[in-house]
Amino acid sequence: MSADPDAPGSAPGGSDADLVAPAAVQAALDAALAAVAAAGDLEELKAARLAHAGDRSPLALANRAIGSLPGPAKAAAGKLVGSARGRLAGAVAQRQTVLEAEHEERVLREEVVDVTLPARRAERGARHPLPLLVERVADVFTAMGWEVAEGPEVEAEWFNFDALNFDVDHPARQMQDTFFVADADGGADSGLVLRTHTSPVQARSLLTRGVPLYVVCPGKVFRTDELDATHTPVFHQLEGIAIDEGLTMAHLKGTLDHFARAMFGTSVETRWRPAFFPFTEPSAELDLRFSLGRDAERGWIEWGGCGMVNPNVLRACGIDPDRYTGFAFGMGIERTLMFRNGVTDMRDMVEGDVRFSRAFGVEDLSASTVAEVAPAAAATPTTTEVGL
Amino acid sequence: MRVPLRWLAEHVDLLPGTTGLDVAAALVRVGLEEEGVHRADLTGPVVVGRVLDLVAEPQKNGKTINWCHVDVGPAHADAGGPRGIVCGAHNFAAGDEVVVALPGAVLPGGFAIAARKTYGHVSDGMICSAKELGLGADGEGIVVLGEFLPGTRVTPGQDATALLGLDEETVEVNVTPDRGYCFSVRGLAREYAHGTRRPVADVVRDPAAVDVPVAAGPGFPVRLADDAPLRGAAGCDRFVARVVRGIDPAAATPRHVADRLRQAGMRPVSLVVDVTNYVMLATGQPLHAYDLSTLQDELVVRRARRGETLTTLDGTVRTLHPEDLVITDEAAGAPASSRVVGLAGAMGGQATEVRAGTTTDVLLEAAHFAAVSIARTARRHRLPSEASRRFERGTDPQVCAAAAELAVRMLVEVGGGVADPAATDVGTPAPPTALPLPLGFPERIVGRPFSDAEVVGALTEIGCAVTRDGDDLTVLPPSWRPDLAQPVDLVEEVARLAGYDTIPSVLPTAPAGRGLTPQQRARRSLARALADDGFVEVLSYPFVAASVHDVQRIPADDPRRRAVRLANPLSEQQPLMRTSILDSLVEVVRRNVSRGLRDLALVEIGSVTHPLAGAPRAAVLGTDQRPSPEELEALLAAVPPQPLHVAGILTGTRRGPGASADGFARTGEPVLWADAVEAARTAAAATGVRVHVEAADHAPWHPGRCARLVTEQGHALGYAGELHPSVLAAAEIPSRAAAFELDLDVLLAQVGASVQVGDLSGFPAATQDVALVVDAAVPAGDVEAALRAGAGELLEDVRLFDVYTGEQVGEGRKSLAYGLRFRSGERTLTAEEASAARSAAVDEAARRTGAVQRA
Repeated sequence: MSADPDAPGSAPGGSDADLVAPAAVQAALDAALAAVAAAGDLEELKAARLAHAGDRSPLALANRAIGSLPGPAKAAAGKLVGSARGRLAGAVAQRQTVLEAEHEERVLREEVVDVTLPARRAERGARHPLPLLVERVADVFTAMGWEVAEGPEVEAEWFNFDALNFDVDHPARQMQDTFFVADADGGADSGLVLRTHTSPVQARSLLTRGVPLYVVCPGKVFRTDELDATHTPVFHQLEGIAIDEGLTMAHLKGTLDHFARAMFGTSVETRWRPAFFPFTEPSAELDLRFSLGRDAERGWIEWGGCGMVNPNVLRACGIDPDRYTGFAFGMGIERTLMFRNGVTDMRDMVEGDVRFSRAFGVEDLSASTVAEVAPAAAATPTTTEVGL
Repeated sequence: MRVPLRWLAEHVDLLPGTTGLDVAAALVRVGLEEEGVHRADLTGPVVVGRVLDLVAEPQKNGKTINWCHVDVGPAHADAGGPRGIVCGAHNFAAGDEVVVALPGAVLPGGFAIAARKTYGHVSDGMICSAKELGLGADGEGIVVLGEFLPGTRVTPGQDATALLGLDEETVEVNVTPDRGYCFSVRGLAREYAHGTRRPVADVVRDPAAVDVPVAAGPGFPVRLADDAPLRGAAGCDRFVARVVRGIDPAAATPRHVADRLRQAGMRPVSLVVDVTNYVMLATGQPLHAYDLSTLQDELVVRRARRGETLTTLDGTVRTLHPEDLVITDEAAGAPASSRVVGLAGAMGGQATEVRAGTTTDVLLEAAHFAAVSIARTARRHRLPSEASRRFERGTDPQVCAAAAELAVRMLVEVGGGVADPAATDVGTPAPPTALPLPLGFPERIVGRPFSDAEVVGALTEIGCAVTRDGDDLTVLPPSWRPDLAQPVDLVEEVARLAGYDTIPSVLPTAPAGRGLTPQQRARRSLARALADDGFVEVLSYPFVAASVHDVQRIPADDPRRRAVRLANPLSEQQPLMRTSILDSLVEVVRRNVSRGLRDLALVEIGSVTHPLAGAPRAAVLGTDQRPSPEELEALLAAVPPQPLHVAGILTGTRRGPGASADGFARTGEPVLWADAVEAARTAAAATGVRVHVEAADHAPWHPGRCARLVTEQGHALGYAGELHPSVLAAAEIPSRAAAFELDLDVLLAQVGASVQVGDLSGFPAATQDVALVVDAAVPAGDVEAALRAGAGELLEDVRLFDVYTGEQVGEGRKSLAYGLRFRSGERTLTAEEASAARSAAVDEAARRTGAVQRA
């Protein structure tokens, strides 16, 4: 465009005086302003600017002609041409601003995307709710100064039973409850079992940590139950044990009341029933009633067992029962999750369907209860591709 | 234990207006868990009717029906008077009183009664059989009340549900193993009194409180001859035998007895058997009846001899164990004639059993057997019977004679028998052991004060004899409470009678703790990092098939093949405990894929079991004192190592289709071996442990796509990469799946050192690129390690930014392009210094890997 031979700058002939004649300057200015106003985009504006304000434009030539004018004319011409050039520069700048704004607006409009499109990324991961819940429980107890102990799942019978005052002829030692590890001859006399509760960690902690002792022991336990909606042969328990001078059932009650509120909210009610466990005496079962979750109207539900550690257990671990007393308790983590989160089928917790874990996200941030999950459907989904 | 409410009410005063639920609640308060409250499943009008007339009408289908008019009383009468009812049974006649279910009634099984047209009549109700009313499975005929309730006066229109006991509730409670006495109406009556806070002496009528007549002389000879007591306790320390002769073999069990047996969950069999069961339910004392005519001269209670067998009542031939306590009989003076006639406390023998319809003379046994002996026998022969259930929890040795007397009286009254005036009562049961109890001890354990009167009162209530000496009590437990063996047992009695709800709630103050250990925190960090990286945490059962090692191509001598085997696995197909998490995680992959979830990144954190070859048997130590250090060490060593592992499997696409700079990328990125290696690095990085990767060949991974992860100290952590294609095929997992498994015990052992940082340099960095050509087989990790080693202290970072193979570098060669970043802590580096460091790095790479700088 700047090479257009008809452009004003290329007008042939004319003296310096002609160039600065007011009419000529006015005409050049008018033409320039018209061109600037007519510029529809930044490219055209640039072309207009070069044509009307460039080196070879009439106003530039007029400006250069001023120097050769006689003195009196010089000042008048200088003022005339300077004013014209100033007006043109102002018009160009103004037009530039307008066109730039228009340009940006157009570009942004053109760059609109569908922000609801998925990114090209991996699906989000998730923690399993059972270990998450175990972590949450551990936090409740460590906040009270307790520590978290662990023990093996394949365990010596002595730790699992004898040390806990389970007499060798106790029904709980019968084949139908306990997984026994085979001995070299294929019999069940290896002295090892899959632990039937987390209580052996009580005995281990007493033997290795000594007193005073305040520990919780979460972990997997095993019973020979077939998997169904309410039973699983592998499940999780949380055992707690405290041994110190002067501990009583009142302290046990205070601890479990606090624990229950931390898990189920401050509206939870607790109830104790006398019960029997070989390793505690007196013993109690702990029932709960609370108004969270799906079954808000339900009655008392059994949460766990507890009691004062039997002096026989203390003696087996070398602790003087005349000086120290203590309490122990145990809860099912699966049951806790079922109550808290409305899980109705035990199988969803153990089958590893990714949809189950995903519902819980990467952290348990609930105050006392979290979103309920729908039971995972076992059927194969139908996948259909649809073009719309 | 199930107890019908009316039976309970015979032996304890129920509170006015008490329902089954009220009784259950009172029992729960003192420690008997409620299992349910049962009653007949029947609603609506079921009344007494008198058959006014009946007309037998043969039908075309060959049946004959009775068209009856029945008087059901004015309240239920039809507009025209008596109701017309069609009935198919014939065991009744005009004038009989029968049971009529009127329209609106619902009988057991949801059978709704309505007026309906049938055989040309409108049948306006139903005349019921015993079976239809839920009164027993074998009552096909119509209930004719004159036969069913002989001597009971009934009137038409009277409510038949109450009359037949169909409205009666039965309370079922779960009895804990320490309270064997609660397997009886006798025990539950006491506990109900405790649960309603009323004195036993005022409200309980002990069913065993009967006068036993003084025996007129020695009865049937019985000898207790246990020459091998178990754990110091004689197998039998009391044996009462009574004889009743001339029982009418046709005598039927009284209806209320049969009803109560059924309500308690037992099946009526015959008069003699029903009487023994009824007395057992009432008193808690199991009884056994022998057909006297089948017995030799003397009963002897002894241990079984090796090789002896017994055919028990259930028809099973059982080979006896020398620990089994047995009842035998023998001819006078002829020990060789000894034969086993019963497995003591568990089940009687077939040869001497009472036979309905023939037996007339019976010998009743009411004995006290040692709990341990019966428990072992019942377990050994898988014979959990009503009797063994009671004996293994401990029965009352003082109730034997009373229980036998109750049974004798019933057989005399109902069966028309005559009791022998002579009776047998041999053995001397050990008296209960008195326990010392300081008066302040309950408060020390329970945490609330008890008055002296409360303590003494509670113990007296449960049947103890209490003597006081200053602040010390001596407490003699009652004969039915063998569970009261130490002072804390008495504390529980005091606490539960006072009510656990009276115990205050006090939060104890633990000493300041250390919080989670670094290892526990590291495990959380790792689990969270993998979840953030897209892995979904799952849990799998540790039970695996023996074939799992073959499927994974684990070499024959690999220690992972040495697995713990279960003696009683749930499934014989899965008898082993996993030695790696991948063993069981593959099944979770299969399950998800079968549910249409194909793009998977699964992770599991859990323990595996690595038994040591030749590990000793885990000893069962004593419990009367702390094990010695040597004993404890040996015991701990016998428990197999169970390291914690983390493993993950990836299948399908790692990154799905989605938005890209060019619009929409249609193809996802399939899972790659590198995703598994990177996940393993992520896991390690989350614990702050530095690891490096080296090429490896390790099952079940692809031999050319397997990385070993090693700590800086040289400990092998585990493996990652693509799984072997044959393994994937055998395990039925999608192809190209990648996996990793790390030993967290090794990893977490490195955790805990605090990070030390130097000052960060503010001087500018100098970057230099270098392209090195090496043999295609040289791992990039080796080249990078050489560059790092050669570059010296000035090197800040190395980054591989290109891998090239092709003509320009020649066959079997590859070019690796690295960016090196140098920086000094003291000055701005000159180009010469940076180049010198770069040259040193290249030289080291050349020396270690044969790298040549690319032209």
